[in-house]
Amino acid sequence: MEGKKRILVACGTAIATSTVVAKAIEEALEKRGIYVTIRQCKASEVPSLAADADLIVTTTPVATDHGKPVIQTLSFLTGIGKEAVIEEIIEKLKD
Amino acid sequence: MALSDLLLKSTITLNLDSQSSSDVIQHLGSKLLDAGLVKASFVNAALEREKIMPTGLPLGGTINAAIPHTDVEHVYKAGVAMATLTQPVTFQNMVNPTEGVEVRIVFLLALDQPKSQIEMLQEIAGVLQNPNLIEGLVSAKSIPEALQLIKDASSG
Repeated sequence: MEGKKRILVACGTAIATSTVVAKAIEEALEKRGIYVTIRQCKASEVPSLAADADLIVTTTPVATDHGKPVIQTLSFLTGIGKEAVIEEIIEKLKD
Repeated sequence: MALSDLLLKSTITLNLDSQSSSDVIQHLGSKLLDAGLVKASFVNAALEREKIMPTGLPLGGTINAAIPHTDVEHVYKAGVAMATLTQPVTFQNMVNPTEGVEVRIVFLLALDQPKSQIEMLQEIAGVLQNPNLIEGLVSAKSIPEALQLIKDASSG
């Protein structure tokens, strides 16, 4: 679908925490009627993949010099502050 | 597969007396190795990865957790090893590696493919987000008791 926003979800290995985070974001946004494309990657892949993303959500430090907004959060793993992060994601996707 | 199926009795250690995060990873790694779930290279790979990309998770209460893991090539079959600790050891914070997190419960994850274990990963996130369950696991007196707590929580 044209105009669908793209979120890049990064973690260390691209298999563990980013899997949980990607699923949690997808479900939280769908509940609000927002449909996005989510791609998982390793933190080290962010510089090469950032260009194709509208927003980067990561559980581990990543490069931030690619001009795309970055949200660093453990909320989707620990549950702490999750609602606030979802609001932040929605806000950042509007730009 | 559900967490309660992947968490084998043989891979749970309650009240482990450990001095460091490396101790815990080595102990749990040997459990996964004995259970035939991981290759001999797994433990060192998990230790190395923990140094570069740590996995400590502050849970906002008195008990914090860590979820060490490493790349799929060191794993034969998905599984989890869990330890509760008599005294906290320091892991570095996943999102902020310069910060130490005092950890009392550790899940060492053997992951093969992302999609096949989403249920297990979500369940672990569910455990981390359930302070009563975390507290229950840390004070559990026996392995069957700990497994039952996890089963009860996942069946809602």
